[in-house]
Amino acid sequence: MANTPDYSWPPEDKRKVIGTSPQRLDGPQKSSGRAKYSSDMNPKGMLFGLYLTSPYAYARLKSIDTGEAERSPGVRAVHVAAKAGTEMPWQGFEIAAVAADTEEQARDAVRKIKVEYEVLPHLVKDDDLAKAGTRARQGGETVTGDPDQAMKDAEVVSEGQYGFAVVTHCCLEPHGQVVQWVPGNDPSGANDHVTVWPSTQNVSGYAGSLGTNIKVPATNIKVRMDYIGGGFGSKFTPDAWGVVGANLSKQAGGRPVKLYLERSTELMIAGNRPSAYGKITVAGKKDGTITAWTYQGWGSGGFTPVPPPDQPYIFTRVPNSRRNRTGIALNGGSQRAWRAPGNQAASFLTCCAIEDFAHKAGKDPLEVFKLNAQYAPEARVDTYRFQLDKAAELAEWKTLWHPRGEGGGGTVKRGMGIGVAAWNGLGHASQCRAVINTDGSVSIEIDSQDLGTGTKTIITQVAAETFGLALNQVKLVIGNNDLPPDGGSGGSTTVGGVSTSTRKATVNALDKLFAAVAPDLGATPDQLEAVDAHIRVKGSPNKSLTWVAACRKLTSSISEMGTYNGRQQDTAGLATGGAAGAQIADVSVDTETGIVKMNRYVAVQDCGMVINPRLAESQVYGAVIMGISTALFEERIMDQETGKYLNPDMEFYKLAGIADIGNIVVHMDIRPENDKRGVIGLGEPPAVPICAAVSNAVANAIGVRVPQIPLTPDRVLAALERRNA
Amino acid sequence: MSSKKDPELPVQPKSGFSRRGFIRGVGIGSGVLGTTGLLPKEAAAAPGAAVVGPGPVAMTLTINGKPVNLTAEPRVTLLDAMRNYLDLTGAKRVCDRGTCGACTVLINGKSVYSCTTLAIDAQGKKIETIEGLPVNNPVSAAFVNHDGQQCGYCTPGFVMAAHGFLREHPNPTEADVEHGLCGNLCRCGTYMGVRKAVVEAAKGMKGGSNG
Ligand code: FES
Ligand code: FES
Repeated sequence: MANTPDYSWPPEDKRKVIGTSPQRLDGPQKSSGRAKYSSDMNPKGMLFGLYLTSPYAYARLKSIDTGEAERSPGVRAVHVAAKAGTEMPWQGFEIAAVAADTEEQARDAVRKIKVEYEVLPHLVKDDDLAKAGTRARQGGETVTGDPDQAMKDAEVVSEGQYGFAVVTHCCLEPHGQVVQWVPGNDPSGANDHVTVWPSTQNVSGYAGSLGTNIKVPATNIKVRMDYIGGGFGSKFTPDAWGVVGANLSKQAGGRPVKLYLERSTELMIAGNRPSAYGKITVAGKKDGTITAWTYQGWGSGGFTPVPPPDQPYIFTRVPNSRRNRTGIALNGGSQRAWRAPGNQAASFLTCCAIEDFAHKAGKDPLEVFKLNAQYAPEARVDTYRFQLDKAAELAEWKTLWHPRGEGGGGTVKRGMGIGVAAWNGLGHASQCRAVINTDGSVSIEIDSQDLGTGTKTIITQVAAETFGLALNQVKLVIGNNDLPPDGGSGGSTTVGGVSTSTRKATVNALDKLFAAVAPDLGATPDQLEAVDAHIRVKGSPNKSLTWVAACRKLTSSISEMGTYNGRQQDTAGLATGGAAGAQIADVSVDTETGIVKMNRYVAVQDCGMVINPRLAESQVYGAVIMGISTALFEERIMDQETGKYLNPDMEFYKLAGIADIGNIVVHMDIRPENDKRGVIGLGEPPAVPICAAVSNAVANAIGVRVPQIPLTPDRVLAALERRNA
Repeated sequence: MSSKKDPELPVQPKSGFSRRGFIRGVGIGSGVLGTTGLLPKEAAAAPGAAVVGPGPVAMTLTINGKPVNLTAEPRVTLLDAMRNYLDLTGAKRVCDRGTCGACTVLINGKSVYSCTTLAIDAQGKKIETIEGLPVNNPVSAAFVNHDGQQCGYCTPGFVMAAHGFLREHPNPTEADVEHGLCGNLCRCGTYMGVRKAVVEAAKGMKGGSNG
């Protein structure tokens, strides 16, 4: 009998489903508009909820009167979230919500809520550290080696200042949920029942978190989510609106309530990527070797001061450095994780500073990045060098790159720039149940979610691979908290988690099937294999049973779990962490208008064993496009005079459109040495270096650094003016 | 990033109600303190227009070839009428102000942002929504084929915009597609697949019906 089952992935040449690119399984439902997102749910008797939020950057709530709103036509419930005396430290802060029969009635009622505010002094801008005053919190100094001496000894020293704007997630499906809280007959809430259709990146964690807040046992909370319209790190908890929506439902006698944030509120409070600014000095030798690094960094993640990430990024073994970091308390919505939290800012600051140093040293930045890759974590040094060369080859660096500022004779200048990325991406803890029924049907059950990354498809691929079945012979159920728990989809942890638990569950289930049918095939279980919808004796293909015939021999269904605890040592080699990537931007800049146009963007990325290359490629495209959008267009624009967020709508908070992205070339670095590492998450790593690469390309094109992203025409023109002055 | 679509119906609204009257601005200078209504006065009817509302009125919309009745206030957009009153949820509410295209439907054959169209003004017109197309219509199928979708929230809008676009541009290049669909936004970054999908869909639709 098999002792410890062999969970390892089949060798590359034996794989039939893993490594192939079937279409996204839920694609037809989505592209035909049939997919029902939580925000599409209209359960019977549903009410429409709407928030009243604070119009001020910073205010204290003096009084609130909801009487008129409560009497407004159609209103079934009013919930006050901010009582008198509440300090509201950002615009968009939730004050109260109403639920009414129609959305129009809810809007009318919200306007009838009377609020008196005491306006407090605000700070909404953080680009100038000197103006932060008492809002600045020093994070202390870190010193490595002897930076002062190294600076003195240096042959080349370059200095620069770089800024990275607050951007907002702007998930197309807004934050919110449909929720129904049916009160029971026990005042403690023990008999209350809640059904909720949230838009969440963490279906498994939702009930526990909501239950704690509304004092209903998680066992009485049903969470259901088939589709989600984007999260990107901003949708991990039920949030205040989950709790408020539930309360509205309860107050309305248990009618379901749909409460989604309006776009303006969404842009203010439902996701802010922290800003980061840095004054950086890089010192080194004429050959481009970096010897010292100093960094004074500041930034803000909202009212709680969060310092920007440490420096240098990836090149962490630079021998001498001095780093200071300061967080600023701003009157802006709180930070939320953004696809590779901290890493984008860190990569931006580091790669811009290295490019400036290369220019100062008179060297090709490609060579300078490769040379200083010696300071990357030891195991990745060669990977970075390989990937930089590969990216350079695909971007035609050798023919197209030119020294800074020599981007052609006309008014449109071409330039190229580099950025690098690192991410862990080890899978999260995950449990999966695999069921093989006596009629041969198979189901895989796991309380995960598919953010559009392709999770449903890859789980199904893993199961089909193990069972030797076609994809359509495997039924997958996710997004339902009655199923075995999975983790939240963040940090690129989903694919490693679900592929590991699914592989374990399916191998366990298959072993049970082998044990049941081995006697019929005159073999021992370990001599059997599942191939092409047959169970057969290895080496004797004619001693076999069809999958269905084999399952018919079962006296009852097989139900087996696969459990992965989310630690490296528990993966059985199925998954690991540690991805690297190198990217190159190729842009044209119109020096008369300041407009930056993307020509081509090359992304070289490793992510271990790739389950579905097409979906992997889509992830990289998506990450790059989102990055181009933040490099060129996106910014939360605040006005210090009034404290207002000036662009909380999608007209002035700009996202890149289909004509803004140029051509994108993706190279998945699937060399055998990467494949054998197992599965590594891919959502974040390719999203890291775009702002860096694009900013470097613009500097290369026009001969001067545009210090702040996004690289809007006015900033490009201002930088050109400074250069010409 | 300008839109290639008419944000309003080409015809003057018969009811005299305008979108402007009920946009709920929280943006620049709205100064709403949550106490005063900024809207009712602005909703005054244009001279000579028949006054309906402000209460709910009966309307009939012709959606995907069938007449559908509903009772809603005249300020209700076509998008909200579909999503909130008719359970037609393929069109999505994303920006709700004519920027993103997630709410795109065809009216009299032209793609229109349903969030900037009043339901009451869409009466008597031919409204086509994604629900009226078969699941495997050539455009939707091409989006699957080229993985032109991730979360998929923008996709029904893209698919409808592509249908409208292809009726007028049956032989587009990828560059034409970029131009024709720049009134739709995607947050997941699916544009690479979208470009290819629309070109392929055009080929698939040659000589055939529009799905
Ligand atoms: S929701 Fe109508 S254009 Fe965005
Ligand atoms: S696929 Fe997610 S917004 Fe387009």
